[in-house]
Amino acid sequence: MADVRYSEEHEWIRVEGDTGTIGITQYAQEQLGDVVFVEVPAAGRKVAKGEAVAVVESVKAASDIYAPVSGEVIEANAALADTPGDVNTEPMGKGWFFKVKMSDKGDLAGLMDEAAYAAFVKSLG
Amino acid sequence: MSEPAAGPLKRTPLYDLHRELGARIVPFAGYEMPVQYPTGILVEHAHTRNACGLFDVSHMGQVRLTAKAGHTTAKALETLVPADIAGLQPGQQRYTQFTNETGGILDDLMVTSTGDHLQLVVNAACKDADLAHIQAKLSDACEIEPMFSRGLLALQGPQAVTVLSRLAPQVAGMKFMTGAFVVIDGARCYVTRSGYTGCDGFEISTPADATDPIARKLLSHPEVKPIGLGARDSLRLEAGLCLYGHDIDTTTTPVEAVLLWSVGKERRVQGGFPGAAVIQKQIAEGSPRKRVGLLPEGKAIAREGAEIAIAGKIVGIVTSGGFAPTLGRAIAMGYVERAQSANGTRVELLVRGKPVPAEIVPMPFVKHTYYRG
Repeated sequence: MADVRYSEEHEWIRVEGDTGTIGITQYAQEQLGDVVFVEVPAAGRKVAKGEAVAVVESVKAASDIYAPVSGEVIEANAALADTPGDVNTEPMGKGWFFKVKMSDKGDLAGLMDEAAYAAFVKSLG
Repeated sequence: MSEPAAGPLKRTPLYDLHRELGARIVPFAGYEMPVQYPTGILVEHAHTRNACGLFDVSHMGQVRLTAKAGHTTAKALETLVPADIAGLQPGQQRYTQFTNETGGILDDLMVTSTGDHLQLVVNAACKDADLAHIQAKLSDACEIEPMFSRGLLALQGPQAVTVLSRLAPQVAGMKFMTGAFVVIDGARCYVTRSGYTGCDGFEISTPADATDPIARKLLSHPEVKPIGLGARDSLRLEAGLCLYGHDIDTTTTPVEAVLLWSVGKERRVQGGFPGAAVIQKQIAEGSPRKRVGLLPEGKAIAREGAEIAIAGKIVGIVTSGGFAPTLGRAIAMGYVERAQSANGTRVELLVRGKPVPAEIVPMPFVKHTYYRG
């Protein structure tokens, strides 16, 4: 069973071994509205926890996506270039953004589990 | 990703309806307004272009001017705007701007003559300042009646005429930029054939308490869907129309904004409006910069504030930019130095520091489909 963790910036990370797959949550895609463009980081890029590494553009606005963990990007979701709407329809499936090889799994400790994230979203009203 | 609330927000007569329809409500110009409904901006945008959208624009300011004895409203208003108002026939509507002493734009507005009155529709964010401006300058000549509690509905799209004709058959014969009193659902409304989408359509000024029933009646027609502010912005951008506070403001003149078409021909010569000397000089010699359309290559979106460069030198700035759903690509408008403003000029838009190649293109991006008879 893969472990999924959530950030207060509404990213999720699915952890399998030392690889994390990253995207945005259902709540985030609802807030953004129709996604029309996603800029994902290139494979090989070193990213630091908290660094703005991707951009998601809705009709209304551009929003930064932050790396929830440090590591090296090993794959980006190239399909989003042609089907950015996947972020709306399957934010935790086909709408994933990129995968990282984590440099420190200790980064995960600061993230929320599903129940804690659900409570966090509820607290936002 | 949420917008901060500031101060006590006002509500339009349709607030409860927006909530019932599942709108996402955001603060806008001091009002709680629907930015989108559950179907989302792309669907709302396409529905307006293909069928008919209903917009709540009741937050905009409606003001009625009536002449005092020995005066005319048209001559009075001409002291504040550069359009030919004296030549406005009863039932005609015109677009113009309140200018300041340096030729900048205090607000842009629609003016309609009913014969007995002039009716103004001004921007929500400017309406209190506009009212104070009019009261300070025109009180000797005009009775000035703010009608800020009235509703204003925009019914836009190719099927707008079909729908509104069912409730008020006489609107079918109206031409673009004309207005008439029309009884809808028993309420006396003022309808103009105009809008902010580039489509054919109407704006309907309603008594406050008739706004909700008329909106519900319009939405009961299968062609009509409610449309939020998000699609209103993407529709007007495709139509190449200016958004006050972004594409035009107190630092841009009507000449720079390429709105000279709205300045009366005689008034260009005779002046008599604030900033006339600056505007006349720009008409004669050209303005230092011009508003242009921009078509970026690729998929990146250049938004307001992105710099425009040629060979690394900054020549202008983007004032509106976004995704054009009708075209499936990014579009933008902005200001560039006049020497660089020719259609076909290759520029770079700096998006998050990265240059995106773009071309200066004519506007509108999507052809207007106004009904001119």
